[in-house]
Amino acid sequence: MSSNGTMVKLSGVRKIYDTGKVKVEALRGIDLHVRRGEFMTLVGPSGSGKSTLMNILGCLDVPSEGTYEFDGQRVDRLPVSQLAEIRNRSIGFVFQNFNLLPYSTALENVELPLVFRGLGAKERRKRAAELLEKIGLGDRMEHKATELSGGQMQRVAIARALANNPPLLLADEPTGNLDSASGREIVDLFENLWKAGHTIMIITHDPNLPMRTERTIHLRDGRLEDGAAG
Amino acid sequence: MTLKLFLQYFWRDFRKQKKRATLTVAAIVWGTFSILMLLAFGEGLKDQLGKNQRSLGECIIIVWPGQTSIPYKGLPRGRRIHFRPEDVELIKKSIPEIWRVGAEYSNWGVDVVNGKRVFSQHVTGEYPTYEFMRVQYAERGGRYLNDTDMEFKRRVVFLGYELNKKLFGDEPSVGQTVFIARIPFTVIGVGQNKQQMGMYGGPDVEKATMPATTYQSIFGDKYLDNLVIQPRDAETAELVKSRLYQVLGAKNQFDPADKQALSIWDTIENQKDFSKMMLGMQIFMGILGGLTLLIAGVGVANIMYVVIKERTKEIGIKMALGAKPQTIHNQFLLEALLICFSGGAIGIFISQLICDLASVVPRDPTSSMSWLGNPTISLPIGLITVVILAIIGLTAGYFPARRAARLNPAETLRYE
Repeated sequence: MSSNGTMVKLSGVRKIYDTGKVKVEALRGIDLHVRRGEFMTLVGPSGSGKSTLMNILGCLDVPSEGTYEFDGQRVDRLPVSQLAEIRNRSIGFVFQNFNLLPYSTALENVELPLVFRGLGAKERRKRAAELLEKIGLGDRMEHKATELSGGQMQRVAIARALANNPPLLLADEPTGNLDSASGREIVDLFENLWKAGHTIMIITHDPNLPMRTERTIHLRDGRLEDGAAG
Repeated sequence: MTLKLFLQYFWRDFRKQKKRATLTVAAIVWGTFSILMLLAFGEGLKDQLGKNQRSLGECIIIVWPGQTSIPYKGLPRGRRIHFRPEDVELIKKSIPEIWRVGAEYSNWGVDVVNGKRVFSQHVTGEYPTYEFMRVQYAERGGRYLNDTDMEFKRRVVFLGYELNKKLFGDEPSVGQTVFIARIPFTVIGVGQNKQQMGMYGGPDVEKATMPATTYQSIFGDKYLDNLVIQPRDAETAELVKSRLYQVLGAKNQFDPADKQALSIWDTIENQKDFSKMMLGMQIFMGILGGLTLLIAGVGVANIMYVVIKERTKEIGIKMALGAKPQTIHNQFLLEALLICFSGGAIGIFISQLICDLASVVPRDPTSSMSWLGNPTISLPIGLITVVILAIIGLTAGYFPARRAARLNPAETLRYE
């Protein structure tokens, strides 16, 4: 696949939550193209379907209707174990609340995706240490997640997202729980990663973040407002 | 996920919830302990009862003379049947399936005297074959009656364990003289102490026994009290019994079909019933223990559901990072198994300890405690317990683990 190929292609994606009593249509027909190497922001108010879209993009959930091509492969009807493999190898997640294992060390947290990939202990350790080193946390490797500051935790989470060197990084409100200084550091980090060749998608409602990315798309009531087709 | 990593996570989680985890394991320990104790004491009881039962004799048939109930060759019904010494020889010669034959005379209230100690006792005259058939084994330093004693009508006596104690206390008795019906007898042996479950005519430990020939010449009994027969093979017991009716019927003039002419106690049948009863008891005890363990297993399953609820977020994170449902499933299944087997191991250890202690504690062979025998954790009991533990662990782990593996990663990540 060329570096300018399509990373993500959503066509007519709908997501309907059926609670038994009521049906909620969270996504009402999304068409979206994301090129390899793009740095984009998805903005929308709460309840617009951001999280649902992120779950589908991240292969954590499947659309009710429509198709999803990830890296040239149809993934909207794959069995759960294959979706798990795609998440492991090709997608890195960064969450608003970090989602680190609290009683594990920074190193163990970064090793986790490598564990599920089936890498040996020595190799895991080496790779995880390298990543933490690179991200400026070489001196915090043996600290438990609970012993780190918010900014440090988010950096550990980013190192973890990068562990298997996935082509796509998905960040859901990555600065939402951070003070402005740490938030800026995190955004800088994403910028550097983009320059290093990663495809990055940030989901946020923060009006300042979009300015720094190449492209911004807006989601409202389960529909994309502009610039969607890319 | 590697085993080392799994154990690391398990241990971390265990320490976070020490009290809860300890209680869960304790329930399994208790369940294992219950099942093992019930089975081990059951085994000990079975061994001991079996031993007690065999103290009457192993695979023997006891025959008493009866009364005819069918007219035979012009003779009326209601005739008494009698056994004479020549009948013993006849049976031995006529029925090849028989291994040993013996007979006895017996008399109650005979004075047995050693100096100033006078007791009114049960005295019998027996055939030497009784040694093996009726488990009349002598204690060290003495012997039972033999063929020479029989042939020469020697005035020798074999004393039961309790009777010997009454007559001689702790003094040595073999070679001493006692008076039976005012006639001096030499003590040639003392019977080993035994707990006797089946008996006729009182316990062997209270008897004074002399050769049947000696007895006959002193007391003048015309007829033997009963016969004791031991077939070569327990399976031929039925055949031997019917042959007995034919042989004795021809000799003593009664119809071989006349069941009341002989009164037969077949201990082989009793022993078969006894084995069945003991097996039934052991199954019953095993079920009781198994139920206790089952309740502990329900506890484990319950805790696993709680653990999974608590760790929903962790499961979500792992799934997002690429853990397959199978990996999550295995993790929780393995945790349940680990709880069951660590609890089981402790339970087995404690049970073995108690069995060892129980067999070390000294017990008087005549006390009621001695009926318990020695509790034993035999290999089959151990294996049964381990298999039950594994089944309970797998069942207790499978359903919670399946729930964990089926969680939707997107929803799990939202869970707080």
